[in-house]
Amino acid sequence: MIQAIAFYLFAVVMIASAAFTIAARNPVHSVMWLILAFFNAAGLMVIAGAEFIAMLLVIVYVGAVAVLFLFVVMMLDIEVAAVRAGFARYLPIGLAIAAALVAEIIIAVGAWSAGGVTLARRIAPNSEAVSNIQAVGELLYTRYLFLFEAAGLVLLVAMIGAIVLTHRERGGVRGQNISRQVARRPQDATRNMRPTVGEGVQL
Amino acid sequence: MIGLTHYVVVSAVLFTLGVLGIFLNRKNLIVMLMAIELILLAVNLNFVAFSAYLGDLVGQVFAMFVLTVAAGEAAIGLAILVIYFRGRGTIAVDDVNRMKG
Repeated sequence: MIQAIAFYLFAVVMIASAAFTIAARNPVHSVMWLILAFFNAAGLMVIAGAEFIAMLLVIVYVGAVAVLFLFVVMMLDIEVAAVRAGFARYLPIGLAIAAALVAEIIIAVGAWSAGGVTLARRIAPNSEAVSNIQAVGELLYTRYLFLFEAAGLVLLVAMIGAIVLTHRERGGVRGQNISRQVARRPQDATRNMRPTVGEGVQL
Repeated sequence: MIGLTHYVVVSAVLFTLGVLGIFLNRKNLIVMLMAIELILLAVNLNFVAFSAYLGDLVGQVFAMFVLTVAAGEAAIGLAILVIYFRGRGTIAVDDVNRMKG
């Protein structure tokens, strides 16, 4: 009972905030609604028993991606009126396509629930003995270790790509010249002098 | 009791809202990227629901990889958006025609 109430609450709030995300006038408000949608999706996943993915969603999306969106929205000085132009023009075709899509998916769900799916063999069966986080961790670090490493590589490439794309050289800034620093040798930088008394040193 | 069908219908509606968002916000690349995030969230919800109800954890592992790719996509997409805005002063998708012959 309480599970059903929580499910409907999370589902309704998630869908409403997703609708506000795409319809909000101000991009900052869109980001806020997106964060709310992700929180509620995490709640839905907790109800389904997937605590690991739910916490990952909160950490990765709310903690990183949403903040990234917020930073970019604030960095770019966008006119709200200009980005809203054409909203009404695309509304009818968009709604028609959306209605067709959701009808198709729901018909497909109906067809599926008439027949049903059963797995002949489970690769990693759910067990009641260990917690969800422990089970997913054991799976990730044994059977899917190479895929896990590849995911890390994807994130590394994304990070380097984002830095390379947005980096720009600015004039008039005293930056660090690493090759010059590395190429510097003691014999170029220092001199042995034997100055006579009273004359000082010419630098 | 909450069944698999509930989850699938909720994620279908979420997916459709994401597609609708791409259609509606043709002048606003940021909200288009957010709509793509909503679509990927719907996919993840489907993975997790099927994983839970079929009793196989592989769906949750795959949802984690989807999450990884979505995070990378958001970072690269926003970087491209930033350099595009720097060059053109607008974020409308219709103006992306510089490479047209």
